[in-house]
Amino acid sequence: MSRIAKRFADLKTQGRKGFVAYISAGDPDLETSFEILKGLPGAGADVIELGVPFTDPAADGPSVQAAGQRALKAGSSMRKVLDMVRRFREQDNETPIVLMGYFNPIYIYGCETFSRDAAAAGVDGLITVDLPPEEDSELRIPAEAAGLDIIRLTAPTTLDDRLPKVVGTASGFIYHVSITGITGTKSPTVEALKPVVDRLRRHTDLPIAIGFGVNTPAQARKIGALGDAVVVGSAIVNRVRDSLDAHGKANPGLVSDVLGLVQSLADGAHQA
Amino acid sequence: MPDTLNSFRSGPDDNGRFGIFGGRYVAETLMPLILEVEKAFRAAQNDPEFWRQWDYYAKHYVGRPSPLYFAERLTAHLGGAKIYFKRDELNHTGSHKANNCLGQVLLAKRMGKTRIIAETGAGQHGVATATFCALFDLPCTVYMGATDVERQKPNVFRMKLLGAEIVPVTSGSATLKDAMNDALRDWVANVDDTYYVIGTAAGPHPYPEMVREFQSIIGREAKEQILEAEGRLPDTLVACIGGGSNAIGLFHPFLDDKDVKIIGAEAAGRGVETGEHAAAITGGSPGVLHGNRTYLLQNEDGQIQEAHSISAGLDYPGIGPEHSWLADQGRVQYVPVTDREALDAFQLCSKIEGIIPALEPAHALAHVCKIAPDLPKDHILVMNMCGRGDKDVFSVAEHLGVEL
Repeated sequence: MSRIAKRFADLKTQGRKGFVAYISAGDPDLETSFEILKGLPGAGADVIELGVPFTDPAADGPSVQAAGQRALKAGSSMRKVLDMVRRFREQDNETPIVLMGYFNPIYIYGCETFSRDAAAAGVDGLITVDLPPEEDSELRIPAEAAGLDIIRLTAPTTLDDRLPKVVGTASGFIYHVSITGITGTKSPTVEALKPVVDRLRRHTDLPIAIGFGVNTPAQARKIGALGDAVVVGSAIVNRVRDSLDAHGKANPGLVSDVLGLVQSLADGAHQA
Repeated sequence: MPDTLNSFRSGPDDNGRFGIFGGRYVAETLMPLILEVEKAFRAAQNDPEFWRQWDYYAKHYVGRPSPLYFAERLTAHLGGAKIYFKRDELNHTGSHKANNCLGQVLLAKRMGKTRIIAETGAGQHGVATATFCALFDLPCTVYMGATDVERQKPNVFRMKLLGAEIVPVTSGSATLKDAMNDALRDWVANVDDTYYVIGTAAGPHPYPEMVREFQSIIGREAKEQILEAEGRLPDTLVACIGGGSNAIGLFHPFLDDKDVKIIGAEAAGRGVETGEHAAAITGGSPGVLHGNRTYLLQNEDGQIQEAHSISAGLDYPGIGPEHSWLADQGRVQYVPVTDREALDAFQLCSKIEGIIPALEPAHALAHVCKIAPDLPKDHILVMNMCGRGDKDVFSVAEHLGVEL
C-alpha cells in the first residue's frame, strides 16, 4: 500500500479528517525550509504538499507567488527539492509527500528521469497545476510506472460531463479547488461547497482534499468536515513572510512560529 | 486547396497541436472554459452572419483592406529587391491588433460574456481591445507590466481615454509575460462573465488558431494585391515576431507557395550572445508556458528567463506554437535583429519613406535592409508594416539621447 493510501486508510479508521500542509520548497532559504519540512508531521500535518517554485505560477495568488520567488532567489530548484525529500525520508518513512507545481520544470528535467528520481527520493504523488488530463499522459505514464500517484485537481467548473475524464485516471486523492480563483484569495462557503463535493463523491471513491482559500483553524474545521482532508497553503507561507527580518532573512523564531500555526490549523482540521 | 498531406496549413489538430507544439496547458478551473471558447469559435467560424459582421467593421471601422505600398525610395536607397510594405499600421488603432480584437470581442458578445480582459506589452493590443470594448459597450480591464506602463505612456493614456481600466503588474519582471499571468489569474477568478482576449497567436488552444484566423486577412489581402501589382507572388516575405500574430497573419496564406521564402525577425535585444534578448527560437528551447508548448527562454531548471527588447511588443520569452513548428519544419527562417539595428531602421524609414514605423516592424525592416541590397532588382519582397511608431517616439528619443 502506498504511503498516501495508508495515511488516508488510517485516518478513516481513526474517524478523523486529514490536514494537508503546503510549503514552498526553499522558502525562505533551503536550510530553514528543510527545518520546517522536518517539523510538519510533529505539528499535525498528515500529508505534506511541497511546492516546487516556478517563475510563472499563473494559478497562484500573491502569497504563494512571493513564497516561490523567495525560494528561487535562495537557489531552490527541482534537484534541490528532491534532495530535501531524500533527507526528510532518512527520518520519516510514513508521512506522504506530494510535489505541487507547474509542468515546465518537470518537462525540462525529463518526464521519465524525473519520475524515477522523484520516486527514489521518496516522493509519493504529483499535483501538476497546468497539466489537465488532456495533456498529462506524457507524465502520467512514466510517473505511474515509477509508483507515483497522479493527483488531479477538480474545480467548481468541473461538471458531471467532465468529471469522469478528470477523476478516471487519478490516483492517491482528489484535490478539490474550492473556489473559482487563485490560491489564498476568496474563501468558500459550506453551502456552496457541499453540493459540489457531493457531486464529486458520485464520481470517485478516492479521498477528497479541499483547498484554496482556507486560512484559519475555524475554516479548516468547517471545510474539513465536508471532505476527507483540508489543505492550507497561503496562510502558512504568509507566516514565513511575517517572520523575516528587514533583509528577508529568517528570524530565529521562524520555524517554531510556522509550526505553531500549522499545529493550530491541524487541530482545527482534526476537530472536524 | 492544397493537398492536406503535403500542406503546412492543416494544423492544428483536434488537440490544438502543431507537431509537438501548442496544446492546452491550463489549470482545471479554466479547462471547461477553454473548451467552451473553442466550441463557440467553431460555431462562429461556420456562421456567415458572424463573418458578415466582421467584414462590416473591418471595412468601415478598421479601414481594411490596408494598402500594399511600393516603397520606391527605400528600394532605390537599398539598391536591390523591390520592397513593398503591407500597411497594417494604417488600421484604426494603429496596428494589426485591430483585426484580432474585432473578431474576439464579437465572439465574446456571441458567448454572452459581459466583461473583457486583456494583457498588453507595447499597449497596441490593449488599445485595440479597449477600442472595441468602447464600440460594443463592454467594460474592459487591461493588464500591463509596470515597466511597460512606464515606457508606453501614450498608449496607457489612450486606453484610459477609451474607458479601460489599466492594472499595472509588478510581479516577476513586470513585463508582458507577467501581465499574461495576471490576466490568467483574473480569468480563473471570473470565469462566469469574463472573456480573455489574448493578443497574440499563443496561449492555450484554440487561441493560436483563432488569432491566426483573424490575422490571416493580412496575407490574403497581400496575396491579391501583389498579384494585381506584379502579376505574380512575392519572392520573400518578412515580418517581426514577438508572439507572432502579425507574422502568422501574413505568412499563413503563403505557407504552401513553396517558392515564397518566408522570414521572421526576432528581437535580439543587445545581441543573442549577451543573453539579453527576446529571440525564443534563435536562443531558446521547447518548454511549456501560458497554456502552450513552444520555444521559450529558460534556464536548465525550467525557470523562465526575462526577455529583453527595446520594443515592448516583442519583449516576451516565448513565441506562438505554430512558429515553433514552422521553424522545426524549416518552412520559415527565424533571424535575430538587435535593438540597435531596429533603431537605425526606424530612423531610416521615417526619413526616406515618411513613415514612422513602430519599433516592432522596425525589426523586420532592419532585416530587409540587410538582405535587400544583395538581391536582384526583380526580386519582390513584402514586409509587414504592422504598426505605427507614434507610441514609440518618446522612448526612441530617450535611446537617442534627445530631450523632448
